Amino acid sequence: MSLLEIRDLKVCYGGIVALNGISFDVEEHEIVTLIGANGAGKSTTLRAIMGLIPIAGGTIMYRGEKLNGLDTQKIVGKGVVLVPEGRRVFPNLTTLENLRLGAYLQKDKAVIEANLERVYGLFPRLKERHWQHAGTLSGGEQQMLAVGRALMADPKLIMMDEPSLGLAPLVVKEIFSIIRKVNEAGVTVLLIEQNANVALKTANRGYVLETGTVSMTGPGRALLEDEQIRVAYLGKTR
Amino acid sequence: MSITTILQHSLTGISLGGAYGLIAIGYTLVYGILRLINFAHGDIFMMAGYFMIFSLASFPWPIAIGITLLITVLMGIAIERVAYKPLRSSPRMSIMISAIGVSYLLQNLATYLFTAIPRGYPEIPLLKRIFRVGELSASLVTLLTPVLTIVLVALLMILVNKTKTGMAMRAASKDFETAKLMGININRVITVTFAIGSLLAGIGSILYFTDRMSVTPFSGTLPGLKCFVAAVFGGIGNIPGAVIGGFFIGIVETLLVALGYSTFSDAFTFVLLIVMLLVKPTGLFGEKTMEKV
Repeated sequence: MSLLEIRDLKVCYGGIVALNGISFDVEEHEIVTLIGANGAGKSTTLRAIMGLIPIAGGTIMYRGEKLNGLDTQKIVGKGVVLVPEGRRVFPNLTTLENLRLGAYLQKDKAVIEANLERVYGLFPRLKERHWQHAGTLSGGEQQMLAVGRALMADPKLIMMDEPSLGLAPLVVKEIFSIIRKVNEAGVTVLLIEQNANVALKTANRGYVLETGTVSMTGPGRALLEDEQIRVAYLGKTR
Repeated sequence: MSITTILQHSLTGISLGGAYGLIAIGYTLVYGILRLINFAHGDIFMMAGYFMIFSLASFPWPIAIGITLLITVLMGIAIERVAYKPLRSSPRMSIMISAIGVSYLLQNLATYLFTAIPRGYPEIPLLKRIFRVGELSASLVTLLTPVLTIVLVALLMILVNKTKTGMAMRAASKDFETAKLMGININRVITVTFAIGSLLAGIGSILYFTDRMSVTPFSGTLPGLKCFVAAVFGGIGNIPGAVIGGFFIGIVETLLVALGYSTFSDAFTFVLLIVMLLVKPTGLFGEKTMEKV
């Protein structure tokens, strides 16, 4: 049984088909990436898994349980979290408050403190800035906060929507090294990226999404070598 | 005008302002979370007046106050569930029109059930006790209102800034979707918001009507609008701002009456609204924006 099994997932936005029956699996302890151009349905997939948008058909199975139809907070409670596109930290709250909100469903104070230490260990910068309003952090720091906040929930599956968006190459490198660290600590990662190069290098396996369907799949390295993908997503000319 | 008279009127003004402040918080809280001007808020305040009349007819006053506040809170929550929740993903204008509809519904429901003839507001003897300091005299309710207002605002600020529920409210006020991703139950946050707003309107109603002797189905309209102006004046979404706005409008209004310009006392409030919107639309303490993109 896979950790996450998506079967024939369909999503429509007011008559427009965004996802036309996609299927994929994420195994425990893997890093899986969905790559694809703008509008291919990557974000839609993650938002549908989190119950943020209604689905038109198909099933989302997580550890053998059906997730479709559940409220977002129930899904978070099962250990599935999303780091949303554009970071979406709460600008009016301090860094520490943002992190504590990540553990909103955790009742045990000792667990929250332990998670906080773990996140501070991964991102020492967040500890330095714990008193600062998140709106005043730099873009890279906000991304670290968004990831740290998601980790505060002690997730089994962390999904990330474009973590490299708008960040300097050095910061992107840092974020991806942390994604690998998080994964080594036992958290399964589902990553979507426009930066296909770095995503495929990091991932065990990848799926290529094209206008609402999965067009190709394989190990990350193999996709990286694939001629078609190199042309379509990695900026190689024929 | 002697200094005693001025002080006497100021006292009345501060008291009125306190009641305004409590009602204004309801506008500002709901706006902060839903970006909705709850036009039915003044009518919830009016209905609380009737609830008090009827519950005091059959119960001793401490129980009657409890019943009044409870029913007011439940009504506020029910209005949100029935009239606003189904429209949450609709354009903001729809939910605002729904709020105006609820306002008229409550006014007409009150007219139908209780007739438009003013009903005498019952006296709670304790609140009406007169205190004298030198030449100044005031009933307990006049002295109690501003004190109670400040205490309640302080409690509310602690709730918003120091508790987990408050943190969830502040998060939801910025970004519903991300708040959901944290595991926050948005419906619960909104229910809590309406409950607090209605509770404060209920308390404000008791303090306000005790000084005014009667309730009609339209008693909520003008105070409601004034408190909306108070919330805008203080910077809508800002809790202390709404209270300061309430005090300001209450004091100026009372002083205008004292000076013999009672005809203009209501007009002043709306001139204030227009001037504020022209000069500083974010209000005195409007929301800071400091997001980095």
